[in-house]
Amino acid sequence: MMDVGLTHYLLLGAFLFACGLLCIATKRNAIGILMGVELVLNAANVNFVACAKYVPGFALEGQVFALLVIVLAAGEAAVALAIILNFYNNHATVDVDQADELKG
Amino acid sequence: MSLEVVLFTIIASATGLSAIAVVVSRNVVRCAVWLLFTLVGVSLLYFLIGAEFVGATQLIVYVGGTMVLVVFGVMLTAQRQFLQIRIRAQEWIVGGTLAACLFGLMAIVSLRLGTPRTAAATDHMPGAGPIGVGFTTTYLLPFEIISVHLLVVLIGAAYLARAKRKAVERGSP
Repeated sequence: MMDVGLTHYLLLGAFLFACGLLCIATKRNAIGILMGVELVLNAANVNFVACAKYVPGFALEGQVFALLVIVLAAGEAAVALAIILNFYNNHATVDVDQADELKG
Repeated sequence: MSLEVVLFTIIASATGLSAIAVVVSRNVVRCAVWLLFTLVGVSLLYFLIGAEFVGATQLIVYVGGTMVLVVFGVMLTAQRQFLQIRIRAQEWIVGGTLAACLFGLMAIVSLRLGTPRTAAATDHMPGAGPIGVGFTTTYLLPFEIISVHLLVVLIGAAYLARAKRKAVERGSP
């Protein structure tokens, strides 16, 4: 049995990214789309931390980038939820197909 | 089989299955619960790698903060007819094909990138102390930028919430 290497973590990150993309593409609930974005950001973070362990000279940088991504994801979730709640108050729905007022 | 292989297999499969469940479950509350399991699984992977500080931050910020925010959003917007929005089969086909193609592409890249590296480059990962020193010396500019970004997010979220309340007051005579 082989050891756990960088490939396994990269494959898991790719799988999480594909799941997040599918979530963004198929869900029509705005909060479901937000969950897909969280999945994509987590996939990137898995890659960063795995590279911090397995790539030489990247031990500190990978963790620092992962922490920055976590903070950015928290801020993004806060602003996106504020926008979604505003949209819900004005339109009484969270279906993103109804948000077509800017369509030309 | 070593303990690391067993632990990685269990945690990675649980994380992947939870991610699939996030995609396929139609109730948005169940989506949130499966996303919670996915985030906890990812933080356990960080602990397995040896990055304790990143894992703890993931638990505190994601599981403690962002998930509570998402659950509050679900509760505030969950009406009966919007809790389960029907998805057409056509959307599943197009989105699934796109995601499968992208996963295949990234799997090829991962296999090429990761094959020479099976041994860990460092014996022990730097903990909270070296990360803190790095944030105040080498990575001071990204740290400051992200601090200002958090301030902007705080002001923006407060402004959006306040504008909403004004509109409601104006709308009601």
